[in-house]
Amino acid sequence: MAETILEVRHLSKSFGSQTVLRDVDFSVRTGDVTSIIGASGSGKSTLLRCINLLETPDSGEILFRGENVARPGFSAPAYRAKVGMVFQSFNLFNNMTVLENCVVGQVRVLRRSREQARANALRYLDRVGMAPYVNARPRQLSGGQKQRVAIARALAMEPELLLFDEPTSALDPEMVGEVLSVMRALAAEGMTMLVVTHEMAFARDVSRRVVFMDKGVICEQGSPEAIFSDPQREETRSFLARFRQS
Amino acid sequence: MDKLLKLGRDVSLLWRGYGASYLGGIKNTLLLALVATAIGCVIGLVCGILQTIPCAKTDRPFKRFFLGLIRVLVRVYVEVFRGTPMVLQAVFIFYGLPYFTDNAMRFSSVWAAAILIVSINTGAYMAESVRGGILSIDPGQTEGAKAIGMTHVQTMTSVILPQALRNIMPQIGNNFIINVKDTSVMFIISFTEFFAFHRYITGVNNMYFPSAAIEMLGYLCMTLAASFLLRWIERRMDGSSSYELVQQDALTMTAGTWSLPDAKGGR
Ligand SMILES: Nc1ncnc2c1ncn2[C@@H]1O[C@H](COP(=O)(O)OP(=O)(O)OP(=O)(O)O)[C@@H](O)[C@H]1O
Ligand SMILES: [Mg+2]
Repeated sequence: MAETILEVRHLSKSFGSQTVLRDVDFSVRTGDVTSIIGASGSGKSTLLRCINLLETPDSGEILFRGENVARPGFSAPAYRAKVGMVFQSFNLFNNMTVLENCVVGQVRVLRRSREQARANALRYLDRVGMAPYVNARPRQLSGGQKQRVAIARALAMEPELLLFDEPTSALDPEMVGEVLSVMRALAAEGMTMLVVTHEMAFARDVSRRVVFMDKGVICEQGSPEAIFSDPQREETRSFLARFRQS
Repeated sequence: MDKLLKLGRDVSLLWRGYGASYLGGIKNTLLLALVATAIGCVIGLVCGILQTIPCAKTDRPFKRFFLGLIRVLVRVYVEVFRGTPMVLQAVFIFYGLPYFTDNAMRFSSVWAAAILIVSINTGAYMAESVRGGILSIDPGQTEGAKAIGMTHVQTMTSVILPQALRNIMPQIGNNFIINVKDTSVMFIISFTEFFAFHRYITGVNNMYFPSAAIEMLGYLCMTLAASFLLRWIERRMDGSSSYELVQQDALTMTAGTWSLPDAKGGR
């Protein structure tokens, strides 16, 4: 039985009068891939951003290895170094080369030596197939390449948990595959991942658990077989039906 | 035509008599403008960083109060020094210090006073430029930096400010050129820059117009040189627009082993 690395309890968040997350409860176990699916605007990104403390939850707890990180006065940077995040819009540093993008966090946050950080960055860039581009700048890369660099940047920090927020949504169709194959490889190696995605095939084939969100609440969660073959809730059924049509 | 010839003669006469003085003035002006602009930029950067420290609802009340206080202080500083003439600031600070300390403290050198005054004046303008420069960088990069665990200061110094600084280079240049010209008001605290020599020299021989011609030309040369230099620096900062592939892309092309690239990738 794998241990629980992340546990979200009664998490709520609103922007002004609009409640975006309502009493969200779920957990992630070490080594598992958990996919979060749901309609646009259902609060998936907000949930992920709360977990990484980019948004401040209004109430509820986020337990990382048993410690509540959503409490007032908690210092976020050290925690964020252990929880990587890959964004829909890549968010690479435009003033740095590909290699520097993957080095800077190791040097400044983890206080590794520059040589060690370089060697490490090169290893992860190689793994995502971006080693040839170490000297390129982000603006010179295609979307798929940028996202692979962003994944390498997150991996170089050797995170215990990796969050993905629709990593392929901003990509042209022909580039989706190269990013998904990197993610599949990571999953196969036992990386703990929490993935917000519209790629149903990925959610079905790669993940251990699937969480379906609707209007700020978790509507249904379970194994991919249960969610995709035998959904219990009407909302889940209609969401999946809409997806199959398109 | 012969008026122009006369002007040429007068100018060369003046230059032969006082060339060294004029050049000394140019040196002082440039040095003051350069040092004060540099310090002003540092002040502006610090203010920019302080003003953009994020403040979340969950932060401790003390921290939130402190951040609020910093913002108010920076605003007051900016408004006061941007909203009053530098001549007056010079008088106010230079004579205010001994006045308030009953002559116990005064500026030991007019250089220190001049640098201080021009620096904090420039800093007030730069604070706003830097804030604008920081806001112009898309917030995604800040989030990217935070997501790998960087603190606000690390995010600023590694990611945001290098880009913001590039974007506000034209404004830094502007400030430098303004400083080259506006340091002329420092004669009020008897700082001997370029324009001060015009006053001394014309005081002994009343060749106002030829001396003014020299001054005009002198200032124009300084500011033109500064413009060219700034353009050059900007081009340097932009770096090359191309890059070299170290080897083939292993994923999109055929898979292959890959060896360490040479050392030029580092900083
Ligand atoms: N910073 C914000 N301020 C105000 N409202 C916000 C903010 N961020 C998100 N929202 C709102 O919260 C709701 C949920 O947004 P969120 O981005 O979490 O949805 P999502 O499930 O990720 O959707 P998508 O699939 O389109 O990315 C939306 O209605 C959005 O308008
Ligand atoms: Mg989203």
